[in-house]
Amino acid sequence: MFKGMYNWIDERLDVTPMWRDIADHEVPEHVNPAHHFSAFVYCFGGLTFFITVIQILSGMFLTMYYVPDIINAYYSVDYLQHQVAFGVIVRGMHHWGASLVIVMMFLHTLRVFFTGSYKAPREMNWVVGMLIFFVMLGLGFTGYLLPWDNKAYFATKVGLEIAGSVPWIGGYIKELLNGGSIVGAQTLTRFFAIHVFFLPGVLLTLLAAHFFMIRKQGISGPL
Amino acid sequence: MNHNEQHETAHKPVKRKEMTRRQFLSYTLGGATAFMSMGAVLPMLRFAVDPLLEKKQTGAFVKVIEEGKVTSEPQQVDFKVHQVDGWYESDPKMQAYIAKGDDGKVFALSPICKHLGCTISWSGPEAPNLYHCPCHGARYTKDGKNLKVAPKPLDEYEVKVDNGWVYLGPLEPNTRV
Repeated sequence: MFKGMYNWIDERLDVTPMWRDIADHEVPEHVNPAHHFSAFVYCFGGLTFFITVIQILSGMFLTMYYVPDIINAYYSVDYLQHQVAFGVIVRGMHHWGASLVIVMMFLHTLRVFFTGSYKAPREMNWVVGMLIFFVMLGLGFTGYLLPWDNKAYFATKVGLEIAGSVPWIGGYIKELLNGGSIVGAQTLTRFFAIHVFFLPGVLLTLLAAHFFMIRKQGISGPL
Repeated sequence: MNHNEQHETAHKPVKRKEMTRRQFLSYTLGGATAFMSMGAVLPMLRFAVDPLLEKKQTGAFVKVIEEGKVTSEPQQVDFKVHQVDGWYESDPKMQAYIAKGDDGKVFALSPICKHLGCTISWSGPEAPNLYHCPCHGARYTKDGKNLKVAPKPLDEYEVKVDNGWVYLGPLEPNTRV
């Protein structure tokens, strides 16, 4: 039945070349763990992406209960974690995934560094990867405030003090992120907006560029 | 110079100062596009930076302690200030360490560490007769002078003494060190 449906659509839209172009390509032997087990180091980029997808999905579901309001934020997180069925699991995925994505990204960066894959002609992809790294750190920083507990509050205060120590413009950066002069109601809504709309938008754009470049240039050769 | 060449120069196309139709149209189109995108983007930017440009609330003076109770040993006082945070108004509890200096003047220090904003406290087993910060071990003297870790001395509350009572106003940079 699915084959029939697929053929019906393919006759009209000719989608086969499209997905072939994306998905149907050879994996070189030196990056295939089935050939050399040590090639598992080439999996970290894909694992980073896999966890990123989980982060996006679990985050989407978390916003069904979460409210970015200083009175209710903590209680909404408490509720979704302890009252909602599977709340511990969904929030746990987002919580642990946030750390894991940094770990995986770091391992991926190490692999790229030690195999020399950043060298010409792939320098631009390294730069885009670094931008992704900073966006991920930004996502971690903004997401950390959202439960609005003591740890979140003081971590953000410290983080904003660090931002404020930038020469000349630090004060403005701090106030802009703060949404005023204190970490309060407007900081929480701001961080929420940055965490769920602005940075994911930037992240997806950068990821598209990252993947486009790796497809265009291919995987770097064996050592 | 032969005749032929002369003929050529005479008939060289006149260099016109006007732009071509194509250029005019692309400038017009580009300008209109830029104008329209500015119309969309500028309101959003102004919207985002509004808290930066909003007038800061000026702190009123709050009565905190009787002047007679202030000693040369810093003591912690709690007081409430009215705070407007966007749509949320509250009266959060503030803290100050009040003491009499060697000059006999009453002064009040903010307990917010100048390193990264943790809350410091006065004296204790790990730092006798000093302010210490639990986060990264910053130390300050009684006057708020930064001894370790912190880059700047502790902020000071503006102090007013009136009719035997001490009033605290807005924070300002330390004036004692």
